[in-house]
Order: sequence, then C-alpha cells, then structure tokens
Amino acid sequence: MSARPRFLRSRRMTIVNGMLFLVILVVMVQLWLLTATMNAYLGGDTSIVLPSALASVACLGLNAGLLRYLYRLE
Amino acid sequence: MSQPGTENPRDVERLTVPPDRRSVAEQPKWRRDFPIDFAEDDYTARRDLVKFIVLTSAALVVGQGWLVLKALFGKGGAAPPVLPVAEVDELPVGGAKTFTYPEGSTPRLLVRTGPEAFVAYDQQCTHLLCPVVPAVEQGRLHCPCHNGWFDLATGRPIAGPPRRALPRIRLEVRERTVYATGVEDSAT
Repeated sequence: MSARPRFLRSRRMTIVNGMLFLVILVVMVQLWLLTATMNAYLGGDTSIVLPSALASVACLGLNAGLLRYLYRLE
Repeated sequence: MSQPGTENPRDVERLTVPPDRRSVAEQPKWRRDFPIDFAEDDYTARRDLVKFIVLTSAALVVGQGWLVLKALFGKGGAAPPVLPVAEVDELPVGGAKTFTYPEGSTPRLLVRTGPEAFVAYDQQCTHLLCPVVPAVEQGRLHCPCHNGWFDLATGRPIAGPPRRALPRIRLEVRERTVYATGVEDSAT
C-alpha cells in the first residue's frame, strides 16, 4: 500500500511558486547588499563589510532552508 | 474534501495533462508515443530554478567573503615605490601632464596649481572611468562624459554623478623634481 502524498500537485506547485518568489526576493536583498558594500568599500569605508557579509550569510541560510523544505515535500 | 483512500481515479490532479489541455486522443502521435508527465515536469523545472537561484545566493556570499578578505588582508604588501614623474620647470603654473604610477597603472594626472604646489590624482572618473581634465582657473577637475566635477585641492566630488573622490597620488618635491611616493584610497 503506497503512502498518500502530503500535497496534491496543484498545491505543491503553489508552494514551489511561493518559494521561488521568496528566494528571488532574498537574492535581490543580497545583490543590493553586495552592491552597497562594494560601493562603500571602494569609497574607503570598510566598517560595513563584515556586518554585510554576515547578513548575506543569513540570507543564504534562509534560502537553503527554503530549498530543504521544498525537497522534503516529496 | 476527499477522505484517504476514496480519491477519484480520474482526479485531474492525478492525470498527465498535456500543455494544450486537449484529450490524449487529440494529441499528435509523437506525444502519444512519448508521454510526458507535464505537471511533474513543470514542478521539477520550477524546483530546479529555485535550486539554481540558491546557488546564485551562495555565489553572492562568496563575493561578500572576498570583500571581507580584501578588507582584512588587502592593506599589507610592499612599500610603494618612489618614482620621478616630472621636473618642476617642466610644467607652467596651471599646466598638467599624465603619467603612470606605479608602472603599468591607469593614467594619473599631475597638475601644477602654484609655483611650488602640485597635486596628482587618478585620471579616471570614479563614475564611469572617463578621463578627467583639469580646469585649474576654476579650481576643479572636469569629467566631460557626464559633466562631473571634482575639487582640484582634495579630489572630492562636488557636482554631477560621481560619488567617490579621485584616488590621490602622494607627491614630494626634491631638488626640482616631483616624485610620486604612494597612492591614497579614495574617500566619499
């Protein structure tokens, strides 16, 4: 007897679309962070580099978590 | 809501639906011979796109890490060379010449602002790298590409699109010769 899938296809599609939206949003934040940090760094301000990198790592962690959740749907 | 085990076997969720939504009998032969689970295919493609974007996210973190490394360890290195760039009598007051410092660098601009006063900056505008030209009588440097202006005394941007100062070349005058002794980072 096969186990019933947790979500129907249309719901999985809705979820993956939602994930896609969130992941793109987070990547846009990361891109803005990198651009702003590069601008500050080239302007001689290095104080923002480390906090910005930590924020970017947090964004990656969020994205990786979302991806992991997506794979666990199956 | 259907109970477990009572799903309709013809539930559209469980069927392969071609992209044009027509019945299987109406599909071209190649599609009937090689049926594809289009819904699953769409889902997998979307999931792979999410995966690719997460990889992009990782690449952006690598970029941030590179900046951290540059900020932590990029300041070291050998002492800058001391190189002669001009004779004092070579330039009239208000005159300018280009040079490279250190060897192989982007062009630098040396300007004589007074009988014994010289300034030198990177000649590339900090906006989009157009060469700046001196406007000594106005005390400014001008970037003609997008009408950017820099203060001749400090290199700081004063008008137009540039937001960062021109990198300044440190100078020394010894025995009627102007020497370049280092490059200062640009500041906002």
